[in-house]
Amino acid sequence: MDTSAQDLIATDIEAYLAAHASKSLLRFITCGSVDDGKSTLIGRLLYDTKMIFDDQLAALQADSRAFGTQGQAIDFALLVDGLAAEREQGITIDVAYRFFATERRKFIVADTPGHEQYTRNMITGASTADLAVILIDARRGVLVQTRRHSFLVGLIGVRSVVLAINKMDLVDYSQDVFERIVAEYRRFAEQLGLTDIVAIPLSALAGENITTRSRKMPWHLGPSLLEHLEAVPVAAGAPAAPFRLPVQWVNRPDPDFRGFSGQIAAGTIRPGERVRVLPSGRETTVSRLLIEHDLPFAQAGQSITLCTTDEVDISRGDVICAAASPAGVSDQFEATVVWMSEAAMLPGRPYLIKLAARTIAGSITALKHKVNVNTLEHVAAKSLELNEIGLCNLSLDAAVAFDPYEACRDTGGFILIDRVSNETVGAGMIHFALRRAQNIHWQAVEIDRRARAGQKRQQPCVLWFTGLSGAGKSTIANLVEKRLYAAGRHTYLLDGDNVRHGLNRDLGFSDADRVENIRRVAETARLMVDAGLIVLTAFISPFRSERALARSLLGPDEFIEVFIDTPLATAESRDVKGLYRKARAGEIAHFTGINSPYEPPETPEIRIDTTAVAAEDAADRIVAQLEALGRLHQAPP
Amino acid sequence: MTSADPLSHLQRLEAESIQIMREVVAEAERPVMLYSVGKDSAVMLRLALKAFAPGRLPFPLLHVNTGWKFREMIAFRDRTVAELGLDFIEHRNEDGIAAGINPFDHPAFTDIMKTAALKQALDKHGFDAAFGGARRDEEKSRAKERIVSFRSRQHRWDPKRQRPELWHLFNTRHAPGESLRVFPLSNWTELDVWQYISLAQIPIVSLYFAAERPVVEHNGLTIMVDDERMRIPAGVVPQRRSVRFRTLGDYPLTGAVESAAATLPAIIQEMLLTTTSERQGRAIDHDASASMEKKKQEGYF
Repeated sequence: MDTSAQDLIATDIEAYLAAHASKSLLRFITCGSVDDGKSTLIGRLLYDTKMIFDDQLAALQADSRAFGTQGQAIDFALLVDGLAAEREQGITIDVAYRFFATERRKFIVADTPGHEQYTRNMITGASTADLAVILIDARRGVLVQTRRHSFLVGLIGVRSVVLAINKMDLVDYSQDVFERIVAEYRRFAEQLGLTDIVAIPLSALAGENITTRSRKMPWHLGPSLLEHLEAVPVAAGAPAAPFRLPVQWVNRPDPDFRGFSGQIAAGTIRPGERVRVLPSGRETTVSRLLIEHDLPFAQAGQSITLCTTDEVDISRGDVICAAASPAGVSDQFEATVVWMSEAAMLPGRPYLIKLAARTIAGSITALKHKVNVNTLEHVAAKSLELNEIGLCNLSLDAAVAFDPYEACRDTGGFILIDRVSNETVGAGMIHFALRRAQNIHWQAVEIDRRARAGQKRQQPCVLWFTGLSGAGKSTIANLVEKRLYAAGRHTYLLDGDNVRHGLNRDLGFSDADRVENIRRVAETARLMVDAGLIVLTAFISPFRSERALARSLLGPDEFIEVFIDTPLATAESRDVKGLYRKARAGEIAHFTGINSPYEPPETPEIRIDTTAVAAEDAADRIVAQLEALGRLHQAPP
Repeated sequence: MTSADPLSHLQRLEAESIQIMREVVAEAERPVMLYSVGKDSAVMLRLALKAFAPGRLPFPLLHVNTGWKFREMIAFRDRTVAELGLDFIEHRNEDGIAAGINPFDHPAFTDIMKTAALKQALDKHGFDAAFGGARRDEEKSRAKERIVSFRSRQHRWDPKRQRPELWHLFNTRHAPGESLRVFPLSNWTELDVWQYISLAQIPIVSLYFAAERPVVEHNGLTIMVDDERMRIPAGVVPQRRSVRFRTLGDYPLTGAVESAAATLPAIIQEMLLTTTSERQGRAIDHDASASMEKKKQEGYF
């Protein structure tokens, strides 16, 4: 804060406040490695813009002596390294947000660490940024991580870049060094589509070219970092793009008022304008716009409530669009996916996908390739690990409104959520729809599952046996099938023997192949239930997610999970096929229970403890429980 | 606004907070707003009224009352609830009251009467999402916390297991018994809050404005003698001084500052020219610089 502002505050606070009501907001991210001086730069910006109070400064001086890396001098990095665990390690481990303000702007800085979790954190911090500051250590020049940071900045769609060449004090403020680095950077940044680059030589530690232009570098004719950050143009959302309002909440306090609330993702809107509601495609006219009071006009970034002239059916998750240029509608997309979970992304595994205000089930149907973030090479892959980035095909259970991410972040960016743990496991950016949803029609069939089941006078269902290898799944399933057959039921047993040799003979035992194996079995079982059969499946099916997928394909009472519960030690001591011995000897990779996990069911419909019950008794119990569940009642002919 | 002028920083902050509240209300089963009667709560309440107007607030307000709040806060609270016709719940830790827990004799006062009381209230009513007025600029551990922050069944925060938050997409999914703390004012600063209060003419407790009040010096803080329970050493006579409060809480733990600022512009003026942070007036933060992080892991809001 400069002296004139201080004077104005002191002499005419009303005038000061009036001037500051119209301040704009810039959100930016700083990208750099541990040693590039990122935390020092942010600490310096906070300090130089007078955001540090006396008590904080006192704490900082004490901390600098205890944890600092600058001897007796103030270690600005400690201002921003927040959590106790991080301080002890001397590194930051997550995304933190910092705030400072000048006379012209308020700033929100996303601060992300520069080590192994980098991709996830940087993508997160950059997703809301208007601008990126990429730090380079002047002594080291453009490094592999500089390329990585720049690639990620381009990927997330931040177009405005500041190239901050830091630690100029350690290269004698040399113009040659600066210009060499800038030239090298511009060459490869162009390949990434980054063209709006402003390069600034600075020293965060010494405060050179941070708030004011450095006297040590008179050869630099451009602005100081803060001068540039104050002047660079920003706009919330995309006001010039066609109107998009994802509906978050239907506001219906009484029969006389019905409004649709959300934050405008793009464009502008006025009462009287025509809009189209997606995915339904119905058109209507805007009658009112309001947020507490009526508005004559609203634009991207504002949270509003919109009313329509006629009673159209609009619900949460729909997108209200400019009628003349509506968003697309599809259930199949090509998208770039960034993986953010320790558990790998496996094609075929069901996830929840949240796009704008819509959450919907879906899966990644194909992983075309992953991208090496350091070399930008495309690499063939079957799964995505934590912090990996891949080009994927995505399939959703229903059609949704969307825009390409490049056109609109808020209707083109999505997150993936694990259905079991509820963790956010990935994020994606839509490129385009693979086909128009309107082209897909289910063949209308007159002979339906009810008719087929009625003919067999039974209630079709799946008995899904799960358990460790050697637990006794196939043995018990066989005995159950015999009993059902004897009672006149139409059944089919799917197990490893008749599936692995035919339908799934192209699959191995990696996690990705196990997921696909179970997906195919689940789909096959569903078709057979459709055909009116009682289906028994006997597969280890180690993952909850795939069992949840199988369950989701069937009606509420049609999926019966049968957990054949045998402790690992018992199964291993039986070792009927000698597989455990081989796995222990390292001859079999990915063997469930040994070097691949088994996730036991939490609430199976039927649980058999094989340490307490013999196989024949187990089969009797299962049949008895099916009776109790009402699954064996004969349907009327 | 009639044309595409860029939104001001307060307009962007307001829109973001409203988007957060609508999203959480749409997805949570039983949301609640923690109302602490302070200036941040006042802003949060106003934003919520805006978000759901012309409808009523689709959630109740919850005040965890330690029994040691300033009397004026309780009067202001009751007036606000009545004037706006809000659903309101007050919760007190009855076990703590029965055990005579007070801020003078019990170092664990805040843990018992605030942290434990909050957990009791959330469990009792089955709230699965609670809005709080905390801001990231208040304290370092807050700077790293998500806007929608996940809590285990034991109400614990695990800074290493936070969900990434991208764009405006919030993952609010949780298992039964788990819950969310939601901070719609995460990106506001103290100055933003004051500017908004000034622009939107939001009523606040008059303790924020300077007035002559009876005070004593206690543990390095200037404490207002709000009722006869204040322990004053023999021979000490409360003095009447012109003071105000930058934050509000339990009166024996909340330090006043010497001030003549009796209007909003004067308060903002003083804030802009001051050299200490607002948390300096809170006894809770003085023990260790990592204390807030520890408290949060244990379930402090």
